[in-house]
Amino acid sequence: MAGTAIRTIRAKLNGIEVEVPEGTTILAAAEQVHLKIPTLCKHPDLPPTAACGICIVRVKGTSQMPRACCTPLEEGMEIVTHDPEIVEIRRKVLELILSKHPNECLTCGRNGTCELQRLASDFSIREQSLPYIVPDLPVDQSTRTIVLEPRKCIACGRCLTVCQDLQNVWALSFLERGIDTRMAPAGDILLADSPCISCGQCSAHCPTGAIFEYDETEKAWELLRDPDLHCVVQIAPAVRVAIGEAFGYPPGTNLTGKLYAALRYMGFDTVFDTNFGADVTIMEEGTEFVKRFQENQGELPLITSCCPAWVDFMEKYHSDMIEHFSSCKSPHEIVGVLTKTYYCEKRGLDPSKVRVVSIMPCTAKKYEIQRSDDMFASGHQDVDLSLTTRELARMIKQAGIDFASLPEGDADPMLGLYTGAGTIFGTSGGVLEAAFRTAHKLLTGEEFDAIEFHPARGLHGVKEARISVLGKEVRVAVAHGMGHVEEVLDRVRAAKESGDEPAYHMIEVMACPGGCIGGGGQPYGITDSVRKQRAAGLYRDDREREFRRSHENPYVQTLYASYLGKPLSERAHRLLHNSYKPRPTYRR
Amino acid sequence: MTKLQKDELETIAERRRAKRTDWITVGMGSCGLAAGADAVFRALQDGARERGLELDIRKTGCVGACHAEPLVEVDVQGAPRTLYGHVKPEWVDLILDSHVTLKRVVQRLAVPEIAEQRRTCNDHPQPEANRQFKIVTRNCGLVDPEDLEDYIAFGGYQALRRCLFELSPEEVVEEVESSGLRGRGGAGFSTGLKWRLTREAAGREKFIVCNGDEGDPGAYMDRSVLEGDPFSVIEGMTIAAYAIGANEGYLYIRAEYPLAVARIEAAIRSAKLAGLLGRNILGTDFSLNLEVRLGAGAFVCGEETALIASIEGKRGTPRPRPPYPSVSGLWGGPTCINNVETLANIPPILSNGAQWFRSIGTERSPGTKVFALTGKVRRPGLVEIPMGTPLRVVVEEIGGGALPGRTIKAVQTGGPSGGVIPAALLDTPVTYEDLAELGSMMGSGGMIVMDDEDSIVDITRFYLGFCVEESCGKCAPCRIGGRQMLTILERLAEGRGRPEDLDQLRQISKTMKAASLCGLGKSAPNPVLSTLRFFPEEYQRAISASRSNA
Amino acid sequence: MPAQEKDLAADVALAARKWQKKRGALIMVLHEIQGRLGYVPREIALELSKQMNVPLARIYEVLTFYNFFELEPPAKYVISGCMGTACYLKGTPQILQEFGRLLGIEVGQTTPDGKFSLTTVRCVGCCGQAPVILVNGEVKSKVSPKDVPHILAECTD
Ligand SMILES: Cc1cc2nc3c(=O)[nH]c(=O)nc-3n(C[C@H](O)[C@H](O)[C@H](O)COP(=O)(O)O)c2cc1C
Ligand code: SF4
Ligand code: SF4
Ligand code: SF4
Ligand code: SF4
Ligand code: SF4
Ligand code: SF4
Ligand code: SF4
Ligand code: SF4
Ligand code: FES
Ligand code: FES
Ligand code: FES
Repeated sequence: MAGTAIRTIRAKLNGIEVEVPEGTTILAAAEQVHLKIPTLCKHPDLPPTAACGICIVRVKGTSQMPRACCTPLEEGMEIVTHDPEIVEIRRKVLELILSKHPNECLTCGRNGTCELQRLASDFSIREQSLPYIVPDLPVDQSTRTIVLEPRKCIACGRCLTVCQDLQNVWALSFLERGIDTRMAPAGDILLADSPCISCGQCSAHCPTGAIFEYDETEKAWELLRDPDLHCVVQIAPAVRVAIGEAFGYPPGTNLTGKLYAALRYMGFDTVFDTNFGADVTIMEEGTEFVKRFQENQGELPLITSCCPAWVDFMEKYHSDMIEHFSSCKSPHEIVGVLTKTYYCEKRGLDPSKVRVVSIMPCTAKKYEIQRSDDMFASGHQDVDLSLTTRELARMIKQAGIDFASLPEGDADPMLGLYTGAGTIFGTSGGVLEAAFRTAHKLLTGEEFDAIEFHPARGLHGVKEARISVLGKEVRVAVAHGMGHVEEVLDRVRAAKESGDEPAYHMIEVMACPGGCIGGGGQPYGITDSVRKQRAAGLYRDDREREFRRSHENPYVQTLYASYLGKPLSERAHRLLHNSYKPRPTYRR
Repeated sequence: MTKLQKDELETIAERRRAKRTDWITVGMGSCGLAAGADAVFRALQDGARERGLELDIRKTGCVGACHAEPLVEVDVQGAPRTLYGHVKPEWVDLILDSHVTLKRVVQRLAVPEIAEQRRTCNDHPQPEANRQFKIVTRNCGLVDPEDLEDYIAFGGYQALRRCLFELSPEEVVEEVESSGLRGRGGAGFSTGLKWRLTREAAGREKFIVCNGDEGDPGAYMDRSVLEGDPFSVIEGMTIAAYAIGANEGYLYIRAEYPLAVARIEAAIRSAKLAGLLGRNILGTDFSLNLEVRLGAGAFVCGEETALIASIEGKRGTPRPRPPYPSVSGLWGGPTCINNVETLANIPPILSNGAQWFRSIGTERSPGTKVFALTGKVRRPGLVEIPMGTPLRVVVEEIGGGALPGRTIKAVQTGGPSGGVIPAALLDTPVTYEDLAELGSMMGSGGMIVMDDEDSIVDITRFYLGFCVEESCGKCAPCRIGGRQMLTILERLAEGRGRPEDLDQLRQISKTMKAASLCGLGKSAPNPVLSTLRFFPEEYQRAISASRSNA
Repeated sequence: MPAQEKDLAADVALAARKWQKKRGALIMVLHEIQGRLGYVPREIALELSKQMNVPLARIYEVLTFYNFFELEPPAKYVISGCMGTACYLKGTPQILQEFGRLLGIEVGQTTPDGKFSLTTVRCVGCCGQAPVILVNGEVKSKVSPKDVPHILAECTD
């Protein structure tokens, strides 16, 4: 309540005194005093679903055994987090869950990263005294981005919280009830026929192997093994500050140099960087913005389009916004198409023998590379394969690379050298900030003096700001997580309907909370603190760059001077831009 | 009817009472109808018309004597008021000619043992030993559930009038608190305290909800009240809404009760027309809108947080408490959820006062409880007894004891959440505490009698099977634990038990009780634990049978 | 749009409009549709999702959670045995067995000609009349296996 100070609760956990603000859960209070209560359904990133019962604790002197993950600590409570009976019950809960779970760790995508497996190990589960009652449910690979393996679902409910509440997509649901409760798309259709936008947030939050990115590592090896092919790879901004987590580095550690080296070691002939593509995106999108803002050519606000899950969501649910969309392709598609045109031309390579692999924080990019004819602008599929950060981490391990001791390498600068503006694309607010650095120059002829634009940063679901440019007010908004988009779009629509000034001039939207650093293909264990650390890694990279504005990138300048002409030129249009169309939400 | 004002209630009541001279009632609850009451009713109407008789022939709800349905009660001047049972349409002529015209009771068809049991708080201030005493079902079988004026004639809406014109909401809460009324939906939480918590919770919009889900299989107390005396529930809700400060309310009724739904909907309409619901009730500035929402075949929706989800149009899965609905319920607003029977207790409490209510029943369990007495007894039916009445009185005196040639083995109370009480403990008084002590519970009021023909292991399997089918599936202990226990019990019921089975049952039971999210999973092992406690020999037999087969 | 589908859409629109001002009305609307058609077809669910602005996933979550809702057209005669405690103790299983024997189907199945299906319900509140069975919702009280042929014989037209 406004104005009233939050009360402090004093209580005891295993005899240890704690003081926490009112409303703190027993679980959170326990963490403060370094007690670890086991959890399974609770994800630190999500509100509790209270589904597993493993976190029960005892209120001393009563028969109550509340769930630590969702029960607020109360004044004077004395909590026992561990005693033989509690542990026995927790173990039995685990045994029950395992009795309805296939015993297939060795061939499971989550082998080694599975939260259920981890608990089974911690609890020394050594035998199964109960009969297996594993349902026979088919695997759904229809989207080729996200794989559903409902047999492995433990019904923790995390994916539903994500897909329904956070993302507001409602592709996934629980069907039936009781022992038959199943995670499935509405009415048992294929995920590909559902409104799924392939953001992969479900897969990033699932504790088990029940939802998983469509694994294409073997395809990548096949390309690399083929002696006739010239293999080009690029890494997205957000990958560099997250992949370390799979190798024991803290979140946010920038491992760009090691990644380049590892990719070369794995056999890629050319190593590019998606950040370069981001710089080009900014040239195009920035110019588009200037045209709309200054020359009234096209609708305002201009809405960013580099997130394919967002594009898909827009095409399915908000197709009235198509004209607001930037026609500019996403950075990795730009690197893809430029590789098969510009780069091949300059290097005298036959584009039909070139393959481009993108390493992305993202599962939706697997969909994007074939989403329309525009993705074949080079005359070939511009990007041939899109792998997630998690897949790359596994490939590095398969290749036998000792990542920690690997010396740093370099990218090929032609489509590989990048600016600070390019790198911050990977975090929410970054695209807007980067665009502004260039648009300001285009609008005023002068550099934006305060290069950093802090109102766009941070994890608040919707961020808004006003900037004055040449005496005119520019209103911008940043939304991330599909659940936050509606309110922004509604404001746009309301202004449009009442004939007012546009609510905003530019809007950046990213499907994943936090932007790509929190992408659906990133290493497991995402929380807001991880998001902050990864974002900080990118902002650090930005500060350390020689160039921090896209238009300052010398290789971008060369690209335009020697190949594209100006931003939005005819050739730029043909290669770097694309179009949108409304799509049905349910195909069946 | 035009909107009533404060003083018109009395006028209506008197006018009605004066009019009511010669009358016949036919019990037309859904079970009465199933037994053929409709044909009897029509035969009575036709017969009366043919004979030119001046008779008030009325439909009423449940009389409570299910075993003797269809039930017809005749009260004409010059002959004693008489209840007839098992009435067939062909007997109607006899009843009309003999009883109504010649004033001679047809003794052969009368069921005096039922009439004798009827003591209601309308005409008896205090219960008598070993007899029923009807507070909740005081009007059931007497009042025409489709006629608001009839309800008023039986003293209806006096309590609301008192509340609105003589008591502040705070005083209403106090009165209910001091009556000691405890929730009849199962858990026995203090109704007054629940009202207070909702009243004191911060929130713009508050709600009153009547829980008419009655999912307990083999129980139909709430149905009988909803069908037989709907206005009493509505009046109770109106008083509750006034006390807690709600202007909106819902009755959540299971879809299996179409007649109850129809009667409640009709009652809401007539109360609204009469200004007893809707805007400015009885001319005051208190307003209340009530709406019916249907269940759709899910026992767990009786659980209050699941019920809220269901009213909100979602899957009926419970959520953790706290926050309790009294703080955050329907659409986040403070919500008071009360059982049908709880609410039907409210008007008599506010008419007769908390002290009167406290004088009935026991110190910690005041008032009465309605039970649906079924299973292997001679006279199954709906009974209402003062708390503290021994089980034996219910089963033997009221229920008529075992079927011919059989002996009673056990009584199950509390439905799938309750336990089995062996015949040796039939002297246990019916109170919340005493039943809990035996590992059973009051529950909503199902009371099922088992005799020597029934297998305890099989009935336990039956109850567990029910919980497994009705588990919402949200939490692992209940979803999987129940299923695994059921596998074991199926084995035992078929005489294929294994020595380790009992230990496994105990372990899973303990886990479910501790780690299930809601009452369904927490109490699903109760029948297992109580039968393991009282009938271990039946389990041993199920195991040794399989060993001797091997 | 073919005429039949138009009717369907109109039906849904009507049901949806009736409830549109009420909060959380999805289940009531589904009741109305099932009341009219005997089940909730997929096209209706899709249409409803649009009209009421409720995600299809939510509609199916609800439809499959509650026993009451059917996704397939019902048989002409739905025979349900009460499996509440009172009826169970007084012999519903034997009655169902008899129905099954005469119809050649098991509980949960429908005869190949779509005429009869055999299901169970959990207590319709007529426990004092146990055991009861329902034929298309109509309660038959104190049934014994001997009554079964007679009940089936009544199911004609
Ligand atoms: C699984 C389960 C089923 C329940 N079913 C019912 C029910 O059918 N009717 C009811 O009134 N209460 C039922 N309850 C109890 C309610 O949650 C709630 O306590 C009650 O409606 C409160 O009303 P009262 O205080 O008047 O008893 C059930 C509880 C559980 C855990
Ligand atoms: S989901 Fe986890 S526990 Fe299950 S098979 Fe895969 S790794 Fe093993
Ligand atoms: S963990 Fe056990 S089962 Fe799995 S591979 Fe190792 S030894 Fe085999
Ligand atoms: S990928 Fe995104 S949209 Fe698709 S099911 Fe998962 S969370 Fe939902
Ligand atoms: S699919 Fe994964 S996240 Fe979703 S409910 Fe199942 S186990 Fe949980
Ligand atoms: S927006 Fe995200 S996924 Fe798209 S190119 Fe940039 S970093 Fe990659
Ligand atoms: S925010 Fe980034 S990671 Fe997430 S879907 Fe969009 S592009 Fe992919
Ligand atoms: S409960 Fe008994 S008395 Fe009441 S209507 Fe049903 S059969 Fe008749
Ligand atoms: S205990 Fe059972 S019914 Fe209750 S929430 Fe858990 S699974 Fe659902
Ligand atoms: S972690 Fe608390 S219930 Fe699962
Ligand atoms: S048990 Fe069959 S109607 Fe209640
Ligand atoms: S016979 Fe139906 S309630 Fe008694």
